Amino acid sequence: MLGRKIARHTLTLLVTALLGGFLAATLVRLAPGFDSDEAQLDPHLNSESIQALRAERIEQHNIYRFYLHSLRRAAHGDLGTSISLRQPVSELLRQRIPLTVRLVAFGLLLSWAGVMGLALSAAWLRVFAYDTLATLITGLLLCIPAAVLALLSVLWSVPGALAIGLIIFPRDYRYARNLLAKAYGLPHIVAARAKGLSELRILFWHVVPVAGPQLLALAGVSVSLAVGAAIPVEALCGLAGVGQLAWQAALARDLPLLMNITVLVTLVTLLANSGADVIGYMWRDQRA
Amino acid sequence: MSFWRKLACAVLLLVLGISLAANWLAPAGYAKQYREAAGAPPSRQHWLGTDDIGRDRFARVLYGTRISLLLAPAAALLSTLLAAVIGGLAGYLGGVWARAAMALTDLFLSLPWLFLLITVRAMLPLNVSPVFSVLVTFFILGMLGWTSAARVLCSSAATLRDSDFVKQARASGIRGARLFCIHVLPNLKPVLYAQFWISIPAFILSEANLGILGLGVAEPLPSWGSLLKELEGLVSVGEEPWKFVPLALLVLVVTSFQLVLSKQDEVTA
Repeated sequence: MLGRKIARHTLTLLVTALLGGFLAATLVRLAPGFDSDEAQLDPHLNSESIQALRAERIEQHNIYRFYLHSLRRAAHGDLGTSISLRQPVSELLRQRIPLTVRLVAFGLLLSWAGVMGLALSAAWLRVFAYDTLATLITGLLLCIPAAVLALLSVLWSVPGALAIGLIIFPRDYRYARNLLAKAYGLPHIVAARAKGLSELRILFWHVVPVAGPQLLALAGVSVSLAVGAAIPVEALCGLAGVGQLAWQAALARDLPLLMNITVLVTLVTLLANSGADVIGYMWRDQRA
Repeated sequence: MSFWRKLACAVLLLVLGISLAANWLAPAGYAKQYREAAGAPPSRQHWLGTDDIGRDRFARVLYGTRISLLLAPAAALLSTLLAAVIGGLAGYLGGVWARAAMALTDLFLSLPWLFLLITVRAMLPLNVSPVFSVLVTFFILGMLGWTSAARVLCSSAATLRDSDFVKQARASGIRGARLFCIHVLPNLKPVLYAQFWISIPAFILSEANLGILGLGVAEPLPSWGSLLKELEGLVSVGEEPWKFVPLALLVLVVTSFQLVLSKQDEVTA
């Protein structure tokens, strides 16, 4: 069963990559200005070279052939060249991925530390005023656009990772709190409390194992939220990561670059969701 | 209706009413420049001061609120209609249709929302007229925001498909589009209403994000996104606090929507 689950997720990833790649290639091919090539205007080229360049362009008119050509190049690590930055896309991604990974990882870590701390304490204490205050804070954070939080982090000289954490925190907190509250209402947990088990023991032995797989799935989803939050944070905080690259590509209508980033981000988020799903399944399977 | 929900409704109506009265409250308009008073602080003539090129900030906030508050519901309507057609039909038809529609929604949902928005926005020309940029921005929100609603509607429609009254209608000879439009769709109304209202604050926030990133409504038309872009130039929070008025208004409106929606969430849960 586990093998089938992993195979299904792998197949989904593969199909998404191929479909996403095809969509990306189609959009790049149909984008205005695809047929124009500055190289053909180079006065140093002779007529044969210009003819060869034209022939190469004509060959790429067929979308399927263009896609296969792009796929072949991608297999060799060539993701094309950025129109606006005039650098290979793979090189740009290689330079910027480490910063985004660090930013997203720290953001997730901070957010989940806050989520678990607040949700567990709210579920454990069960004090109305505490719960209301936590709900108010998260409600207020939900009403502020992510880009404004990024701007405020610049104003207050707060690290970008904290801004990402604050963007994800209210979204995750609501689900985590509901999951924990639901787990606390289960009959065997009510019975455990009636028998006089300590609150800590109930929490870590009975509540967390029940809510664990769903919390893990939530963690998988929050990767997607964190990657999305990286765009305004990197763009407005001046951090040279993939989010800033995507924003610059969007402003410059640099479709080859933007498409590659989008496919990459889709794969990363799908991988995170699939990973969380498989680990959650293993957890449930082990408990059963 | 609880006190807080009544208050939230009153706040929304008040803000909408004031923004609709922008023509009377700020007759000079949002684009008129007072060149001698560029970047001026609040005064009797300009209640919220002027921006860097001398436009009255109060007028811009009023007109920007009007644009955001009128077009976000329009985008929500578009996305709800798309969700009803795609999700509702997929759930009603079931089988391979439902699986295909859900695979498509999963693919959309796996992409970070902001990434999807800026990618699609970048596909379209950026140097367009201001009015066209407003329409494009909210049209994109409407066209892309249907996925999560479609998922809810698909499962609701699938439940209705197997219900007794639909089986009876089918047995009495009603089929196809007539069965869907007369018997299934009206029963999806509560979910459709809920999805419509939930989408509005989400779209308001998305437009604000796009505007701050420079991919939203084009100048000189104001929107909450373009008004919040002014915060980019601030050196400290206490320096020009009146620049935070659009943010305060946005938070007030979105909070009011959240309070009004607290009941709607139960419908979709």
